[in-house]
Amino acid sequence: MPSISRDEAAHLARLARLDLAPDELDHLAGQLDAIAGYVARVSEVAADDIPPTSHSLPVTNVFRPDEPRACLTAEAALAAAPEAEDGRFRVPRILDEEV
Amino acid sequence: MADLTRMDAAALAAAVASGETSAVEVTRAHLDRISAVDTAVHAFLHVDADGAIGAAEAVDVRRRRGETLGPLAGVPLALKDVFTTTDMPTTCGSKILEGWRPPYDATVTRRLREAGIVILGKTNLDEFAMGSSTENSAFGPTHNPWDLDRIPGGSGGGSSASLASYQAPLAIGTDTGGSIRQPAAVTGTVGVKPTYGGTSRYGLVACASSLDQAGPCARTVLDAALLHEVIAGHDPMDSTSIDEPVPAVVAAARRGADGDLSGLRVGVVKELGGEGYQAGVEARFREAVELLGDLGAEVVEVSCPHFTYGLPAYYLILPSEVSSNLARFDAMRYGLRAGDDGTRSAEEVMSITRGAGFGAEAKRRIMLGTYALSSGYYDAYYGQAQKVRTLIARDFGRAFGAVDVLVSPTTPTTAFPIGERVDDPLAMYMADLCTIPSNLAGNAAASFPCGLADEDDLPVGLHVMAPVLADDRLYRVGAAVEQAFAQRWGGPLLSRAPELEVALS
Repeated sequence: MPSISRDEAAHLARLARLDLAPDELDHLAGQLDAIAGYVARVSEVAADDIPPTSHSLPVTNVFRPDEPRACLTAEAALAAAPEAEDGRFRVPRILDEEV
Repeated sequence: MADLTRMDAAALAAAVASGETSAVEVTRAHLDRISAVDTAVHAFLHVDADGAIGAAEAVDVRRRRGETLGPLAGVPLALKDVFTTTDMPTTCGSKILEGWRPPYDATVTRRLREAGIVILGKTNLDEFAMGSSTENSAFGPTHNPWDLDRIPGGSGGGSSASLASYQAPLAIGTDTGGSIRQPAAVTGTVGVKPTYGGTSRYGLVACASSLDQAGPCARTVLDAALLHEVIAGHDPMDSTSIDEPVPAVVAAARRGADGDLSGLRVGVVKELGGEGYQAGVEARFREAVELLGDLGAEVVEVSCPHFTYGLPAYYLILPSEVSSNLARFDAMRYGLRAGDDGTRSAEEVMSITRGAGFGAEAKRRIMLGTYALSSGYYDAYYGQAQKVRTLIARDFGRAFGAVDVLVSPTTPTTAFPIGERVDDPLAMYMADLCTIPSNLAGNAAASFPCGLADEDDLPVGLHVMAPVLADDRLYRVGAAVEQAFAQRWGGPLLSRAPELEVALS
């Protein structure tokens, strides 16, 4: 099984949108490598012909009648927003400056 | 009358219903106890004294009007801080949700309120219910009332510690890999993980959606059963909720209390013992198995060969689900936003916020899940883990063809010292060795007190596993064991816990 290098850990942190300090990354990378080595034990099980289980009980899609019902007001939905303006969530710019 | 905080929930509800005491008196007694001991225990992240007194007054008014009250009306409860509550913050033990006031109540919260149960406050937990010690809480660890230098289990350590220190007679936990059962074991209390889908997850902030399940925590088996019936049952707001009648858990607890287990077939899981298990835990477990035989059960050994792979499979499946579930904390709609200085992009703000808002364990699991789900590794990790999950469910299926319930220790050791495993994730994960298989297979399981380990005088739990929707069997076994041990010990296990020093401020 492949191990997790520091560079790979840095890549994973970027993919997961986690801004980590260099010492934090050093620390986590070593631990992740150890955990990845442990969980790789699942490969010892011969399971080629075994179907995967994503859910312990059989689940089917659940529908409800297509009827309007009460939902959160805009005010309630915005109440916990870090910033709101004109009845909307206010967010930082979503495009890079160079674009 | 007797100290209200030492009474069980069934007795408190009866005393409220008869007018012997009032819900307000009961609630005040518990709020006073919280003031006296929670500085040392730190079970609660938030106490809502005014809200609790208000809820208790409403119960008393209903009683005076002659209304029929539910079986737990007027009884206080400690709610794990991972359920949404409109009148209290919901933090999930995370800085990223510090101070968040949800705009809706979880179904569990709503059902508690409708039953007249008095919610005292929100209890501490490992961040987003990830951990076995509550040390991963951003707001500091909870201390085990048996020994304040030790962990109360996790993730629901606040709930278990609140019960063991008489701050509440009832609590709610959630169990993704053992977070109800392991805290119950190490604090000498009762904790039940219902069948997956037995209780609603609506408003339960998700850790791993295919594994999470809310359940009752109490000091007695009957109290847990009464609470189970309040919170369980179909909920159209949760698409994985089972649309079937709730198993008759209260009737089973009452039946079990007669101490007769004849006709019950019990399987001892061969793989859950031996190396890595504390001697005192194994000794108490063997005694409990003997007791089951004395009570009339037929005891056999059962092999579940794939349980050994439960822990590694779990630490692929869980982080995978965590990494997608925690993606919602993006600093845009609610929760923390950090680093928004007007020049940074949304993506930069998102990364800075998540880096500042999540603790080490959340970061480890998010990154591990991101790794397990990445192309190239997906089949070898996540795909293979899902196949192991099938094999574990088949092991259960075969075992339950031969026996009615399976038993094991709840966790390999007694409560370990705070700090001992906090930076050794693999050692921490071992605490859930015995409890994880039931999360992967979705069946019901519970932990009941079965004595103190000789080497440290700390509580040991008996773990009982039952098939899907056979939750009632847990309560029959638990109640039988509880009454037999109480006779042997001359009282409940918790009566042997040291008295906490009471703050006089």
